[in-house]
Amino acid sequence: MAQITLQNLAHSYLPNPKGEDDYALKQLDHDWTDGEAYALLGGSGCGKTTLLNIISGLIRPSRGRILFDGRDVTDAPTAQRNIAQVFQFPVVYDTLTVRDNLAFPLRNRGLPAAQVAQRVQAVARMLGLEEMLPRRARGLTADAKQKISLGRGMVRQDVNAILFDEPLTVIDPHMKWELRTQLKALHREFGHTMIYVTHDQTEALTFASRVVVMHEGRVVQIGTPQELFERPAHTFVGYFIGSPGMNLLPARVEGDRAHIDESGTIALGRGYGGLGGRIEIGVRPEFARLSAHEGLPVVIRRIEDVGRHRIVRADLGGRPINIVASEDEPIGPDMTRVVFDPAHVGVYADGWRVEGSPR
Amino acid sequence: MNKPINNRAWFLVLPVLVLVAFSAVIPLMTVVNYSVQDTFGDNEFFWNGIYWFDDLLHSERMWNALGRQILFSAIVLLIEVPLGIFIALHMPKKGFWSSVCLVLMALPLLIPFNVVGTIWQIFGRVDIGLLGRALAGLGLDFNYTQDVIDAWVIIVVMDVWHWTSLIALLAYAGLRSIPDAYYQAAKIDQASRWAVFRYIELPKMRGVLVIAVLLRFMDSFMIYTEPFVVTGGGPGNATTFLSIDLVKMALGQFDLGPAAAFSIMYFLIILLVSWAFYTVMTNLDREEGPQ
Repeated sequence: MAQITLQNLAHSYLPNPKGEDDYALKQLDHDWTDGEAYALLGGSGCGKTTLLNIISGLIRPSRGRILFDGRDVTDAPTAQRNIAQVFQFPVVYDTLTVRDNLAFPLRNRGLPAAQVAQRVQAVARMLGLEEMLPRRARGLTADAKQKISLGRGMVRQDVNAILFDEPLTVIDPHMKWELRTQLKALHREFGHTMIYVTHDQTEALTFASRVVVMHEGRVVQIGTPQELFERPAHTFVGYFIGSPGMNLLPARVEGDRAHIDESGTIALGRGYGGLGGRIEIGVRPEFARLSAHEGLPVVIRRIEDVGRHRIVRADLGGRPINIVASEDEPIGPDMTRVVFDPAHVGVYADGWRVEGSPR
Repeated sequence: MNKPINNRAWFLVLPVLVLVAFSAVIPLMTVVNYSVQDTFGDNEFFWNGIYWFDDLLHSERMWNALGRQILFSAIVLLIEVPLGIFIALHMPKKGFWSSVCLVLMALPLLIPFNVVGTIWQIFGRVDIGLLGRALAGLGLDFNYTQDVIDAWVIIVVMDVWHWTSLIALLAYAGLRSIPDAYYQAAKIDQASRWAVFRYIELPKMRGVLVIAVLLRFMDSFMIYTEPFVVTGGGPGNATTFLSIDLVKMALGQFDLGPAAAFSIMYFLIILLVSWAFYTVMTNLDREEGPQ
């Protein structure tokens, strides 16, 4: 196990990258703490897999260094890094039995047979694969195959980190939940550093203790699920995380007031001075509520009942806005105004969150 | 649901039946017809039972030709299959050079059989051929018209030159269908080059290799044109394979009855071997499935 450090890391798939746009992965400095469970979250093509493959050594970064416990491994091949990686589509060696599949990485490292057998047995028990051990891997279900891929990573006791590249994409929904729970249990039990790439926020937020959100090749925020929810550092985090995502409204901010076009003025929790660029305010639907008397005028378009709560789809000055209302809260025909909780209204300049000063 | 039942629909099968009759059944039946009759000329035939077949089974000439044929197919398969796989493994995976390779590899496959024969016939000649002269220049006594080994060498080399591409191209297609993740996983598992070949590439290529071996077996077992052009079956009968022998019998000696029996036996051997090979391979496949 090791702490993984990325220094000035950047990667471009072009041989001679010119501008910032040529980089699939923009400059990045980060320490992956030993033993922590991380999720790398972002849309397709945001550089998640590139970053993962750089850590495992399948790709050599165009710039920067990777350190494992302070040792430079930038040029070290995958084999020397002692990394386990589980891919999007299950990779199993078809002609081998499940037992031989699990033993494969150990035998390649020349471990004695007795030790191999003992490790394979232990891993098979952990993953519930014991009964399948003598069977050939060909023809097993996708989730069993994915368990084997995972098992091949777990079977080596000394792995520095286990990387997951959207491992549950091809798994049935009910098995997804089970496998994810199993992963969490394995993490608690063995404390491997785990990095889990996904584009599914539920997966990321339930699996990881820290979530790294990526957007267009850039890491936009690293934080606990709660931090991402309450204080998104970038508008992308705001609308990518949360269901529905954060409401964003163009505004003019003066001190602790925000003026929203023709709709009116709202109070902010903090004071802001001298803002430049394109200013927006962001407020999560959970921190907005309907009211009959105060707030900004809205036109309610639709109300969706999703079980635990209701989502109100409305128009505010011609812009769509979502409001979460609890199940038991009555919505009357006179409730045509929306109120934001000032403590949870964020201000964003050119997409990035601006920290105001306390009032 | 109300399904209309009309047996006249069977008439729609008629065109196919007629086509198959003319393309396969009738020609085959004329051969069967010849194989059970004998003639003293004047186009008068009489019933001869299974005499020709019995005769054939005791004919040393046939057994020798069959032995040569099996040896030739075995040598050719043993060289071409590993060589084709080896070439496929070392071909560029993408880009300009992979296209160049593919085109170059396909070229021998596009040359008509008798042209291939002619090319090698001249290429190997001691008096004017590039290969023959070069070997003679090196002090090697190479003469495929007189030496049995030399005749075999030139025919085997010619076949390898002509057909290895087919195996290589099929194997290449099989290799290209392996997702990158397999190679990446193998790297992470620290698999050796041999292990990657043995546990990833070979299993994934198996489907196309079965087809490749089957095609090459059938083709090499039926080979006629090239050895006929290069050696004419000689020296002596050293390269007289089944088809060459058959033609000698049917057209050279005009022994229609024995030749017809020979043809049927020839056809049955190819059918039997191909069927056995295919069945064994697909059964292996099933055994490796879930148990």
